[in-house]
Amino acid sequence: MQFQRVAPSFGRSFLALIALGAVATAGVGRAAEAAPDSAAPVAPAPHSPGEIQAQPPPFSDGIFPCSECHTEPGDPTRRALGAHEEIQQVFDHDSANRWCLDCHDPTNRDVLRLASGAQVPFSESYRLCGQCHGDKYRDWRLGVHGKRIGSWSGQKTYFLCVNCHNPHSPRFQPLHPEPPPVRPEAMKR
Amino acid sequence: MSERQVPEVQPAPCARPEDGPGEALFGGREGIARRQFLRSTLGTVAVAALAGCTMEDFFRKNFRELSKGDLADIVQRLEKKYSEKYAKAVTVGTEGPLPNVIFGYGLDLSRCIGCRRCVYACVRENNQSRQNPQIHWIKVLEMDKEHGVDLTHADAYYDAETVPRPGHFYMPVQCQQCRHPACVKACPVGATWKEADGIVVIDYDWCIGCRCCTAACPYGARKFNWAPPDLPAEEMNPDTHYLGNRPRMKGVVEKCTFCIQRVRKGLYPACVEICPVGARKFGNLLDPASEIRQVMETKRVFIFKEELATEPQFYYFYAT
Amino acid sequence: MPAIFDFIKGGIRLVTRGSGTYWLWLAALFVGIAIGVFGYAHQFRVGLIATNMRDQVTWAFYIGNFTFLVGVAAAAVLLVIPAYVYQWKPIKEVVILGELLAISALVMCLLFILVDVGRPDRLQHIIPFIGSPHWPSSILSWDALVLNIYLLVNLLVVVHILYRSYNGKAYRKNFVVPLVLLSIPLAVGIHTITAFLYNGMAARPYWNASILAPRFIASAFCSGPAVLLILFQVLRKATGLEIKDEAIWKVAELMAYAMFFNLFLLGAELFKEFYSATEHTLYTRYYWFGIGAHRALVPFAWLSLAASLIAFFLFLIPKTRKNWITLNLGCILIWAGVYIEKGIGLVLPGMTPDTLGEIYDYRPSANEWMVATGVFCTGFFIFTMLVKVAVPIMSGTFRTVAAGMTHSGARAS
Repeated sequence: MQFQRVAPSFGRSFLALIALGAVATAGVGRAAEAAPDSAAPVAPAPHSPGEIQAQPPPFSDGIFPCSECHTEPGDPTRRALGAHEEIQQVFDHDSANRWCLDCHDPTNRDVLRLASGAQVPFSESYRLCGQCHGDKYRDWRLGVHGKRIGSWSGQKTYFLCVNCHNPHSPRFQPLHPEPPPVRPEAMKR
Repeated sequence: MSERQVPEVQPAPCARPEDGPGEALFGGREGIARRQFLRSTLGTVAVAALAGCTMEDFFRKNFRELSKGDLADIVQRLEKKYSEKYAKAVTVGTEGPLPNVIFGYGLDLSRCIGCRRCVYACVRENNQSRQNPQIHWIKVLEMDKEHGVDLTHADAYYDAETVPRPGHFYMPVQCQQCRHPACVKACPVGATWKEADGIVVIDYDWCIGCRCCTAACPYGARKFNWAPPDLPAEEMNPDTHYLGNRPRMKGVVEKCTFCIQRVRKGLYPACVEICPVGARKFGNLLDPASEIRQVMETKRVFIFKEELATEPQFYYFYAT
Repeated sequence: MPAIFDFIKGGIRLVTRGSGTYWLWLAALFVGIAIGVFGYAHQFRVGLIATNMRDQVTWAFYIGNFTFLVGVAAAAVLLVIPAYVYQWKPIKEVVILGELLAISALVMCLLFILVDVGRPDRLQHIIPFIGSPHWPSSILSWDALVLNIYLLVNLLVVVHILYRSYNGKAYRKNFVVPLVLLSIPLAVGIHTITAFLYNGMAARPYWNASILAPRFIASAFCSGPAVLLILFQVLRKATGLEIKDEAIWKVAELMAYAMFFNLFLLGAELFKEFYSATEHTLYTRYYWFGIGAHRALVPFAWLSLAASLIAFFLFLIPKTRKNWITLNLGCILIWAGVYIEKGIGLVLPGMTPDTLGEIYDYRPSANEWMVATGVFCTGFFIFTMLVKVAVPIMSGTFRTVAAGMTHSGARAS
């Protein structure tokens, strides 16, 4: 029974890997097609997972590595925890259907867990977000969603999803705006 | 976890400020004497020549007619002048357009929250006058969802504790770098023109301040220096371009240049880098892999005041 | 060059002799010019922030006055056409005065441009060969060219005729007539090009209407000569210069037709705006009815219309046209009506609301009033000086000694 459960997920991840590889190759191919104008600066094609240069994950001070505290595998039963109070208080990311250990790997708290059970490092947390938010993930990889800094013609650094969206309470918080412009009648010498 | 701070990135400077010729010429006691001498002679000339214009300024040619040597002389003079005035090593670049590049700008109306960080990042990067006149190259219009994109119900002076305000959306407007610019058509002295990479530029030393361009622009993009600009020396960005963010003077027009001093070196404009919600996209329209091309091919894009056939290189879109 | 010195000496004698009214007039003009110089010095120092123009309303009082005065300069043509083309003698004698008005108006136009630009020290950039005028696409570069050519043509004609008269000789027809005939299309040209300056801006729907150029011509023709009609009456009394009633009434009649055309075009424009009622009506609505609390221009709109209508009827009906009181009242009314229409009624609604929907209620600042006063007084001063010398020449009392008559400065005032 265990094998039956595992085999389909292996197959799925294998297919996923092939698909991603195909996309990456296509991306490289597209970049190559642009090359004929050899002097044209070409934006780097969307990379395969793990090759995207990104900002570091926004850990709170001293929180990582988690394995310093979490030495035992976790109990997958959903319950109120004795620690991480401030996270539990704000947690509203599909909280009806999900809790901590659906995304945080129960056996190794230093990594995240995809639906297949595959583990991804925190630096590639976008792969986890992309499972449900596929259209955003596609747009993010193209640079259409979210933020990239650096060079429009060369090396860019992506902002991870979690650099802008709190994964535990992702709704964007309103900001205090900068001051409005001075009215024309108020500009005098 | 306490309230998440959206990381705000200050745009990376184009170059590291170095100890340049300014230090050697004007530092120390010799420098003071030299400054005083220069001031007294130049002072006489300035008085005679009205409004501080020198004989060289009076007889110079339009930027596009200058020889390489003349341009180099002018740049040298400007760097000296600015370095002295702002007590920094100011550089004035003259980088031309990159080959096979036509810039495109995308603005995601479904994302902009009206925080105005772009407005002030632009002011800092591009050395605009801070007050009397206060010059903003970017204007953010607050509109409401009931009326949609309707200028008669737009408000640039909104102020609130937090944005976005419920029921409202935000539309920043800046120079659209039109392919058929009305301002270029109108200028009587040829002080403004469109470069090969699409940026519409102004030669501040040629502009006569008649404001035909300001009247002709359908997007309110062109701003006039109604008084000598107020640019505090400590806030001055010393990495400048002749056609871009070098300090302007009283009586001339200025506008957004897509941060020409940055983009011609491969960097993003300041407004793109500072936007906390990633609403601004920028790249080379000739590169099919660029994010701006992706936007145009996959999102709902519209042109502001399209009926005027100005064909901007600025595209508004809705990502969601 | 003794002849020219005599002319200058004689001219100085003419302008320094006059009645009490004359000196009072000059004193008022000098005060006005001084106010203007003081105001402009302040503006030159601190920048155009001394005006109330801002990015939202970037052309206003100065350019409005400029536009009106180009119309006045063009209107001298109204006298030229009948005089030279139809050889209508009663007007022929006084055409010079029309051209002197055109010259003074053109000087005022150029002064208003000078005070409006941000960098007057760079105006040479618009001169061919020295600068780089943006031909043919910039309408302002065309305007600069034709205004100066028109000024030159008028100067040439006037100087030639007056100097020949001064020497007791008739003017040379083959020099004057072609130039004068050239000045007709030039006059229409300067005002059409000024209209095109506004007309060509797609960004300003209020201006971007084909009717603008015809309206400019009509309003110029119906208002410019009003000053001359008053001047003719003054000169007849003060100098004994012979100007037939016929000439004055004919000009008034031609003005009446121009007024009708002006009102017709206004009606046509109002129909289009209010019947089709698109969003672009906003600008017209701002002018005639205001938008919300922004009602600064509304009283002027209706005042201008009333003045133009009353003047039209006064000029149209022969009885009131030939009555000196109602004629002069009509002159003042049409001058005021068109002045408001060309300035407040054209420039400000074109820019309010601005291109991003903002309404900035512009009113001229004290500084702008001072500078405009100075420019108008300069123009009237130049006109006074020119007329003071020209009229004695025309009436034959100012001649060279060689022409067999003495300078008689006393009679010339």
